[in-house]
Amino acid sequence: MPLIRQGDQPVWKKREPLKQYAHWAGWMLGGMLFVWCWAIISENTIWEFLYDADEQAASLIGRMIPPDWSITGSLMLPLWDTINIATVGTVMGIAIAFPLAFLAARNTTPHPALRAVALAIIVSSRSINALIWAMLLVTIVGPGSFAGMLAIALRSIGFVGKLVYEAIEEIHPTPVEALSATGAGRSQVLAYAVWPQIMPAFAGICVYRWDINIREATTLGLVGAGGIGLQMNAAINNLAWGQVATVFVLIFATVVVSEWVSAKVRHAML
Amino acid sequence: MLTLTGLSKRYDTGDLALTDITLEVPAGQVMALIGPSGAGKSTLIRCVNRLVEPSSGTVLLDGQDITRVRGTKLRQARRQIGMIFQNYALVERLSVMENVLSGRLAYLGFWRSFLRQFPSSDIKQALNLLERVGLETMFDKRGDALSGGQKQRVGIARALMQNPKLLLVDEPTASLDPKTSRQIMRLICELCREQQLAAVINIHDVVLAQQFVDRVVGLRAGKLVFDGPPSALTEKTLTDIYGEEDWSTTTGETDESDEAAAAAIDPLKPIGQGGHP
Amino acid sequence: MSNPSTDSGADQQRLALLKDGIWKPLPLIRDARWRWALNAAVLLYIVLAWLSVDVNWSRVAQGMDRGVAFMASFLQPDFVTRSGEIFTGLKESLTMTLAATVIGVLLAIPVGLGAARNISPLPVYLFCRTIIALSRTFQEIIIAILFVAMFGFGPLAGVVTLAFATIGFMAKLLAEDIEDTQKEPLEAIRATGASWLQWVNYAVQPQVMPRLIGLSLYRLDINFRESAVIGIVGAGGIGATLNTSINRYDYDTSAAILLLIIVIVLMSEYLSGYVRKWTQ
Repeated sequence: MPLIRQGDQPVWKKREPLKQYAHWAGWMLGGMLFVWCWAIISENTIWEFLYDADEQAASLIGRMIPPDWSITGSLMLPLWDTINIATVGTVMGIAIAFPLAFLAARNTTPHPALRAVALAIIVSSRSINALIWAMLLVTIVGPGSFAGMLAIALRSIGFVGKLVYEAIEEIHPTPVEALSATGAGRSQVLAYAVWPQIMPAFAGICVYRWDINIREATTLGLVGAGGIGLQMNAAINNLAWGQVATVFVLIFATVVVSEWVSAKVRHAML
Repeated sequence: MLTLTGLSKRYDTGDLALTDITLEVPAGQVMALIGPSGAGKSTLIRCVNRLVEPSSGTVLLDGQDITRVRGTKLRQARRQIGMIFQNYALVERLSVMENVLSGRLAYLGFWRSFLRQFPSSDIKQALNLLERVGLETMFDKRGDALSGGQKQRVGIARALMQNPKLLLVDEPTASLDPKTSRQIMRLICELCREQQLAAVINIHDVVLAQQFVDRVVGLRAGKLVFDGPPSALTEKTLTDIYGEEDWSTTTGETDESDEAAAAAIDPLKPIGQGGHP
Repeated sequence: MSNPSTDSGADQQRLALLKDGIWKPLPLIRDARWRWALNAAVLLYIVLAWLSVDVNWSRVAQGMDRGVAFMASFLQPDFVTRSGEIFTGLKESLTMTLAATVIGVLLAIPVGLGAARNISPLPVYLFCRTIIALSRTFQEIIIAILFVAMFGFGPLAGVVTLAFATIGFMAKLLAEDIEDTQKEPLEAIRATGASWLQWVNYAVQPQVMPRLIGLSLYRLDINFRESAVIGIVGAGGIGATLNTSINRYDYDTSAAILLLIIVIVLMSEYLSGYVRKWTQ
């Protein structure tokens, strides 16, 4: 932050003049990029549809209120399925992600080539949404909650794997050194020096992913992978917006409860 | 018992940390390794148990060349060498007992250690050691609940759990206050004499070293520049090791008064039992 | 946890056992009854969850061929046959992502400020927290269905969806960040007699800015991944092409699209790593 002399008056500026211009140029480029993006979107939008958007919205909300409570009973089983898809899927994902994380962490990997493979699996799993995995799996194992569980598991591998391997790379190295110095074997060092250090982070990550998975599991039914999304899809296709509203309320309640549970568990783990 | 011959270490960065160190430590001798930071003290003791791979030279422990062993043989060699660390290197989320028992890992299979199925002889030994270092009531405490001095006592107990022939001690007191430092040094040296252990102790506190050890070895820039009894340390030898400085307060003449001053502020017996050395 | 007298009694007992060479680590849950109840509950849940899954093994066996075909197509992805659709889809996804992130972050800043308890009055706080809760509960795809119903098919519905989801995500994290800022600078700037906006500009902004930039980049990444999904319900982007290819069992094209998504996510991750280093 320079003080510049102008005549005999010191003038304080936040940045050097050259840097200031670069700063402005950067903002301008960013702005132009945004305008260009907006132009493309606008090209592909049928703006006529928007003239009655407010009416559409009003009528949509009008038909959603009051929710059609009569179907609540029949939604309980799909809700239970949704929770199971999320939970079992999370457990399966963790079971694969856990060893993968040790292969992917720089300080525990047995070989750089294995590390590259593990990282590739983690990135692929992370980049692709559970819903896309579900679409694929429905064509492979058929519709139903089994496809949903596998989809949740495949998506969770990357998420859990990435956060856990980062936690492993952040451990204190001295206990590892100390246990190696006692002559302990590789697996013993992992169990005694690495695992205790990552355990709280690991538990937190798992519960956090479970919480996200509950949300994701509510939508898998849209592509036929089981859970409450199936009922939601059917209601939307029938334009029965009152029933859709009931599903929304149930999803909202489930998510609130799962968030509360996950916050409690994470708190207890610290 | 421990013989280093022509030991050198050059790091990947090109830094020459040790040059042609030849040194012999007989059984039961407590030796201090002094020298300025960066002199290669830490590298030297890590070359002995191969936490750092030496570039050339040999390390013989009871006639076995440690630089040539791998895998199981290396682990068997390491379990004869206990190590105590500057930052204690405890696993803070494990209990004191688990930390002490982890010294026995090399004697146990993976599943037994994973399920914490230690033989009862190990458990009795762990309790004896905890009593000796004065922590027998703390066995269920977690590592992170202890003070610095207590952590170092657990580190000592862990090293002794290995039933080692040799102790490597890396700046045991650098993170401790002066009073605790003395207690820890006294404890280490007493235990070595009780169990007829040889020890190599890295330490930068020359006065503390002189008080407790049988022999002092000085390193400067990776080279051995002094080897003799503590009483042989003079202003000239300290200048050789550390460089030009007024050493009159550190060498022999003032030692008595320093001892007296120490006794005045520090009349403690070592924790546990046993008298002044 | 339990009261100290029984605790020390238990300790004495453990010490006595230790002298006989018997030791077990302390269990995570000290009370044996709770431990057993928890184990029983977990076991019960596993059984119930297992009963609720209906795996049609013959269908799975049939599908294995397709599974193998899908894996194989990753080795021979087909970028060419539908290159036109893939290109327009990706372009749309990328533009939607960028536009939605910019709009979403800009709108999230006032909402985030309003949702931070330490700098906002209670009514504003409650209002902003409600927006956040609504935005966070529902998956992007559900919101997309609603916006498609309102605005018709096309990328505009997608942009609005992603921007809405971005508001909830960013505003929540921003608000938490503001609530975690150091109190002293807040008090010091207020003590100079600064106005509310000056106060935010001088005391709050410098403390949360680096993380805000980091989070925006992270959200850009998320929005791109989501943009590949919301096309399924007609909200624009690469999702529609992907959906069609999967439904036609045209796995070679699907693999090509998925690989492109993975590469773009990877690139954006590297990029955001650089930007984050640069802003700190």
